[in-house]
Amino acid sequence: MKKSRVIQLLGLIVIVGLVSFGYTHRDQTSASESITAVGSTALQPLVEAAGEQYSNNHTGTFINVQGGGSGTGLSQIQSGAVAIGNSDIFAEEQSGIDASKLIDHRVAVVGIAPIVNKQVGVTNLSQQQLIKIFTGKVTNWREVGGKNLPITLINRAQGSGTRKTFESYALKGQKSADSQEQDSSGLARSIVASTPGAISYVAFSYLDKSVQTVSVDGVKPTEMNVRKNQWYIWSYEHLYTGKHPSVLTQQFIDYILSTAVQQKLIKQLGYISVHDMQVQRNATGKISIVK
Amino acid sequence: MNAKRIDKIATGVLYAVAAFVVIILIALLGYILIQGVPHISWHFLTSPALAFEAGGGIGIQLFNSFYLLFLALLISLPISLGAGIYLNEYAPQNTLTGLIRTTIEILSSLPSVVVGLFGYLFFVVQFKLGFSILSGAFALTVFNLPILTRSIEDALANISDNQREAGYALGLSRWETVTKIVVPAALPSIITGVVLSAGRIFGEAAALIYTAGQSAPALDFGNWNPFDISSPLSPLRPAETLAVHIWKINSEGIMPDAKAVSAGASAVLIIAVLLFNFLARWLGKRLYKHLTAE
Amino acid sequence: MDKIRESLLKKSVASKIERRGKAISLLCLALIVGIVFLIFYFVASRGLATFFQNHINVWQFFSGTQWNPGTTGTNGQPAVGALPMIVGSFLITILSALIATPFAIGTAVFMTEISPRRGARILRPVTELLVGIPSVVYGFIGLQVVVPFVRNTFGGSGYGILSGTFVLFVMILPTVTSMTADALNAVPRYYREASLALGATRWQTIYKVVLRAAVPGMLTAVVFGMARAFGEALAVQMVIGNATLLPHNLVSPAATLTSILTMGIGNTVMGSLQNNALWSLAMILLLMSLFFNLVIRYIGRKGKLSHER
Repeated sequence: MKKSRVIQLLGLIVIVGLVSFGYTHRDQTSASESITAVGSTALQPLVEAAGEQYSNNHTGTFINVQGGGSGTGLSQIQSGAVAIGNSDIFAEEQSGIDASKLIDHRVAVVGIAPIVNKQVGVTNLSQQQLIKIFTGKVTNWREVGGKNLPITLINRAQGSGTRKTFESYALKGQKSADSQEQDSSGLARSIVASTPGAISYVAFSYLDKSVQTVSVDGVKPTEMNVRKNQWYIWSYEHLYTGKHPSVLTQQFIDYILSTAVQQKLIKQLGYISVHDMQVQRNATGKISIVK
Repeated sequence: MNAKRIDKIATGVLYAVAAFVVIILIALLGYILIQGVPHISWHFLTSPALAFEAGGGIGIQLFNSFYLLFLALLISLPISLGAGIYLNEYAPQNTLTGLIRTTIEILSSLPSVVVGLFGYLFFVVQFKLGFSILSGAFALTVFNLPILTRSIEDALANISDNQREAGYALGLSRWETVTKIVVPAALPSIITGVVLSAGRIFGEAAALIYTAGQSAPALDFGNWNPFDISSPLSPLRPAETLAVHIWKINSEGIMPDAKAVSAGASAVLIIAVLLFNFLARWLGKRLYKHLTAE
Repeated sequence: MDKIRESLLKKSVASKIERRGKAISLLCLALIVGIVFLIFYFVASRGLATFFQNHINVWQFFSGTQWNPGTTGTNGQPAVGALPMIVGSFLITILSALIATPFAIGTAVFMTEISPRRGARILRPVTELLVGIPSVVYGFIGLQVVVPFVRNTFGGSGYGILSGTFVLFVMILPTVTSMTADALNAVPRYYREASLALGATRWQTIYKVVLRAAVPGMLTAVVFGMARAFGEALAVQMVIGNATLLPHNLVSPAATLTSILTMGIGNTVMGSLQNNALWSLAMILLLMSLFFNLVIRYIGRKGKLSHER
């Protein structure tokens, strides 16, 4: 009985000792210099990859990236819980967010293209046709020059950035009809690839051979066309910070905006560099030429 | 004659139903394993995941899954052991106890999404733990407590009262009887219960997406100090588990081999759950033999 | 003299340990109960905000068929009609339970009455294993196998109530089967022996004696399976199509409470109407699991009484 008491006590002392040793010898540089970025799942791979490179170049810093969705990102940055909020949309467009308290850093441009199942037999649509399809006025591919197949709309989840962009620019602000919804690009793509007559839309980085992309009014969804706004279905990827970002936060954002990241990483991931854009767009959708 | 024929027909139908169910279940397992096993290799099991290139592994996710499981069990086992002991040994049979049992059952049938969202609001936002292993472990604890309490209570209830009376006859207090006699005797079935619940925790995704997070930052496996954020043991780092990883690459993955990775990861998950099951059986049997031989 | 007196009046070490032990175990139990109430409080405080803060009419919430919080519906109020999701959730839950029950009972009877050896050696382990398969994997297989199957056999796009039902059927089958088997095992042996001694065949014994005696236990198993089906999120979300429309047939895309909840929660900002409306859906889920539990308890109590009689 007594012996076991002694052993218990010894064990306790060893554990407490180890923990306090660990605590006092912790790597204080990295513990004090870490920032958290939360938000858009579409932006997550980019920030993650950039964060990894940044940590490799600056030992002792740590960039912690989380998904959770644009809404989560914006509400977390607004409440000050994180250093960076990742978003697919302008803070002005998100209800419940006071955009004037945040600073917007546009780090990349993402083009969005309509995709259809390969059996549809359509490679080009006019914008009017696209609107009619998504508002449910056209329900068979025959009516727009394709095969005799019923149209299956695959929308993105309500409130998703991709859907907001698509509705504002491809559908000229019209709301699409109630239809199937998926909350992720990967699922939307694989559903379009496997469902006859399906149409959806994904960011350029998700385009692959399993689906057919559609030109709008004869303009192909390519990076070159986005740069000049000839392909007008695109949006910015935003990193939002509070009014007074920490030094590390600012340095990290500068790093993402540097040529090293913009010309290499951004392209590898299928985004379009903000440096290459010949036009810019503000929160209300107004286009102006970049000098 | 007629009754006999009906008996034969019914037996045949039952055989068919059982065979049908077995075929569905085996087909399901076979489908996952056949699709996934070819992708499993040592490299796949140990290397970190890659975001946009082919050839990524699941090493960190696998480690996270086990670590999270360990932490969740570390927190939930003592609590449910205590609760199970109280319910079975002390609680009077009255309405209040019945009410408490109901609340525990409600907790067990709570949709895991709701548990996850609660964890997000409470641990991540309110307690400012952020997306971290700790938040995830707490959420899993909430998820696990009712099941574990239930199985521990059952295990204790199956111990015959002779054992308890023997304890009292020796002059032991109730608590001593419980901890020194009843719990050791129930240990085999308690362990089986724990390992089986571990299987469920291991495959849980919905409760973790908004608590433990969806990213698995690179870990420094040379650094085992739990207070460093890049240490594998750090409880405050975000940790994507295997099940969450499968969910993520199916929904947002842009690596070219996303399908292969997801199939391989699913197979690894199934194999892990399978191992847990065997482990539970084996441990239970061994402990039983060991304890009854004494 | 005083010393003896003192030691007699003082509490013994054992009784101190006893008290401490009892207190600790009670504390554990209180913690669990506390967590349940905390969850209810958190979800209700967010979920009720839709009605009290955003002044959405409760009746409109439950009967409206338009779900697009953030925009206004035809009547000038925000479009938060949860009826399509409620209907979708109930439909797939009830349908999958309807399909799963006969299979589960058949398998459980086989496991316990016809071939207990094979049951214990093959069926039990396999069913237990299936409980541990993550729902993501079920959804994944549903997407690759069930949806094309439904599309080719029943028409439509393949996404809808029917696909969700099939996926949930497989998901709840192991749970219902093993719980039903437990219920059958709990039927005392002498019931069977008495029946066989009366000259009944095995099937007559099963059908007229064992199954009837196990009815409460089997009902509990089914209700438990339904509760799991009702709360399932990720797997259903992949195959049901997630269209917030009232389903007009079994192959048209529909939505469930959980699928809309998981899809939307990341895209909304905390405190906004969109977010609160989603929490209201979570609250419905919570109330439903409460309801299922009450049903289970009611059945359990009835079963006990009929046994005692």
